[in-house]
Amino acid sequence: MLAIETKDLTKDYGVGFWKKRPRRVLDGLSIQVEKSEVFGLLGPNGAGKSTTLKILLRLIFPTSGSARILGKELDDTSAHARIGFLPENPSFYDNLTAEEFLNYAGELFSLPAAERRRRAARLLAQVGLEGARDVQVRKFSKGMVQRLGIAQALINDPELVFLDEPMSGLDPLGRREVRDLILDLKQEGKTVFFSTHILSDAEMLCDRVAILHLGRMQGCGELKEMLEMDVAKTEIMIQSPPPELLEGFKAHGGAWVRTGERVRVEIPSGSDVSAVLGMILQSGAEVVSVNAVKISLEDYFMEQVGKDARIAPEKAAVGPAKGER
Amino acid sequence: MTAAAPSKSGLHSTRNACWALLVLGFLALFAVQRQIDRETDVYAKINEVLYVRSGTTLRSLCLGNEGLLADIYWTRAVQYFGRGLMEGTGERRFELLAPLLRITTDLDPQLIIAYRFGAIFLMARRPVGAGDPQGALQLIRRGIVANPDYWRLWQDLGFVYYWELHDYKSASKMFAIGSQQPGADFWMKALAGTVAAKGGDLETSRFLWSEIYRHAETDAVRKTAEYHLASLKARVDLDKLNDLLEIYRRKTGHDAHSIYDLTSSGLLSGLPKDPSGIPYVIGPDGHAALGEGSSVDLRMVQ
Amino acid sequence: MKAMNRVASIALHTFKEAVRDKVLYNLVVFALLLIGAAILFSSISVGIEQIIMIDLGLSSISVFGLIMAIFIGIGLVSKEIERRTIYHILSKPVRRVEFIVGKYLGLVLTLVINTAIMTAGFYLAIYYQKRSLGAEDFAPLSAIYFILLQLAIVVGLAIFFSCISTPVLSAVFTFCVYVIGHFLSEIRWLGTTLHSSAAKWVTQVLYYLLPNLSDFDFITRAAHGEKMSSSLLVSNSLYALLYVTVLISASILIFEEREFK
Repeated sequence: MLAIETKDLTKDYGVGFWKKRPRRVLDGLSIQVEKSEVFGLLGPNGAGKSTTLKILLRLIFPTSGSARILGKELDDTSAHARIGFLPENPSFYDNLTAEEFLNYAGELFSLPAAERRRRAARLLAQVGLEGARDVQVRKFSKGMVQRLGIAQALINDPELVFLDEPMSGLDPLGRREVRDLILDLKQEGKTVFFSTHILSDAEMLCDRVAILHLGRMQGCGELKEMLEMDVAKTEIMIQSPPPELLEGFKAHGGAWVRTGERVRVEIPSGSDVSAVLGMILQSGAEVVSVNAVKISLEDYFMEQVGKDARIAPEKAAVGPAKGER
Repeated sequence: MTAAAPSKSGLHSTRNACWALLVLGFLALFAVQRQIDRETDVYAKINEVLYVRSGTTLRSLCLGNEGLLADIYWTRAVQYFGRGLMEGTGERRFELLAPLLRITTDLDPQLIIAYRFGAIFLMARRPVGAGDPQGALQLIRRGIVANPDYWRLWQDLGFVYYWELHDYKSASKMFAIGSQQPGADFWMKALAGTVAAKGGDLETSRFLWSEIYRHAETDAVRKTAEYHLASLKARVDLDKLNDLLEIYRRKTGHDAHSIYDLTSSGLLSGLPKDPSGIPYVIGPDGHAALGEGSSVDLRMVQ
Repeated sequence: MKAMNRVASIALHTFKEAVRDKVLYNLVVFALLLIGAAILFSSISVGIEQIIMIDLGLSSISVFGLIMAIFIGIGLVSKEIERRTIYHILSKPVRRVEFIVGKYLGLVLTLVINTAIMTAGFYLAIYYQKRSLGAEDFAPLSAIYFILLQLAIVVGLAIFFSCISTPVLSAVFTFCVYVIGHFLSEIRWLGTTLHSSAAKWVTQVLYYLLPNLSDFDFITRAAHGEKMSSSLLVSNSLYALLYVTVLISASILIFEEREFK
């Protein structure tokens, strides 16, 4: 059974008073998330990441398409008993204390009282809010609120955890802790579905990712494959190269950057790396290091997103043309 | 029962239940509202007579707090009325008294004290009251419609006819009707008879004013009753003195010139004083009169 | 059943959240102060000390109760949606109908507790004024019960408008319906005097559609020591129950379709 499965999930919002011109914020999203994997939904702001999560959690309703969580249709709220959700920039009831709120969350899952207390205590310790359990949420800092959000997302020991921008509002220490937490969850066999626009986090954590831009999926698959899919580069560090050598690089399509005495040369794959190396050695320059550089997710991302960037705005406003779909 | 039924129909059943509740609820509300209307109909009938809409609109504006506003208006009416006295001019203000009392009783038709206060001070002539006996009648009548069981309002109605309008036939009628209301004092019936037979006389007047004095709920009413009783007593005393003067004339063949003539002839045993403590004197016209410095005002009993 | 437990849980936590609100706390304190001041006012008023004590005391409870009902009523749904606290609830196995019902019950509980506190203050003031409390002094309790019924309807209105509108607008609409609800007999009478039969029909419909709140006004009569007939008690209780049911059902219908962006 797939943890999450969507088929052609589409969401239009009516714009204008008579709602005549629909604005498409999600366009035919089809993804499949396996159990026990960490899946990242990536994309710039406004890409439709939050929309996707909210549709899956039945906070908003899709215009067309279908989806299942843990094998259940979207309007079966019994599936919610086995999931956890951390919304983006969460806020809680001002006048309840951290412990009371966790207890409330536990009650909504119909957990027995003793179990609730145990888990609440454990989770508060886990997220570092142990000392603030009797403090009203009104007095929490942003980081504390985020931590409470994580705690309440895990109170029912869910199989599937939804996290919407879980790193937002955290300092580097906090982000490290969340990263570790996600890895822990994965170790425990849970499925984690999180959205983010911070690519380095995704790179570190995800098994698979989907890239969303302006409501459309631009790419999806295992991270390893995606990043190796595209052209890798070779990076050569040399010391004190003669000028005519640098000219020679251009012919091979290489680019170079000088920092002090050292020059870093990048050669796209496809070019003859051996030939370039030969050139360098012949010129008498010293080779400091030779590295195969995998494309970073950011590069990949920029490539995918950049393609549509210029023509995108009009497309988004109009939606599909007549006859399409 | 743990797991929910397949949710599509679960949602439908919630939706259907809500629609059913909505429709049935409104139907039932319709029925219950009509029942409530039947029960509160009594008050609606009263409204018909009491200058219908302006009064009830005013009450509606208060959103249920009309009693409080009536209390405030009542306090204002009394303060307005007494302000001249407080300011030392000795004058009372009357122009707004009727409207203030009218608003008060519009807001709370059961504020008896306002009707009774209005009865006295709208009826009485200046400078004691507003000199508007018709206004007093109007006010009391509205009070009776709103409080049909309160027999003293009939007493007040009769009193206005009796004291100010000198319409003894009507007065007697009012006392008679009042005597039949639940809890009416026994003397109402007798009074109806007396007034019908004799019209206005001092004994009846003293009795009525002393009733007002005894049951006065405001200081102003009590004070006014006191003054009227004083005047009435003085009048009675003066009449008695005039009788004695007549006896003296017959006995001695000439007029008495001072009170001492009466005392020395044994007709009077002491020096009678009026209710303000000033001894009576014989006036230049040969009739008994009030002494100098007396604060009794005989105009009240003209 | 689990659903009932969830509703109870939502109700209880709504109550906790509401009752700790600073504004609410201050409102209750003001009401108690005003009731205390009534002792002073009543001594100024000539000849009607008892009457004004009850008028002022009950009116305070009514007015402050209304402010509270609107204020926390709006906080129930509108504020939850605006502040996104609702995500936490609806992402759990909680049905939307459970949310609305639980919220409503929690708020009514808050109102009952606050009214009880004000009532206690009221009777303390009466005792202070009269130096004794007899059986007849408890007649105003039925007026207070009617005030509570009115407030229960107001809260229902607040929830209903919250489902379709922003916090500020919901408050405005709720207050407007409260005011109109006291004028409905006037409106219906107006309809009978107008010549247009459309107007007649419209005013009749309004009369039965909007809540008839003036039927619950018993303050002035209680001040005059009038006893409430038991049939009126039952009729009005039934009316309030039905109207609240209608409001909540309508709210649920709307809420089921609502999206939370």
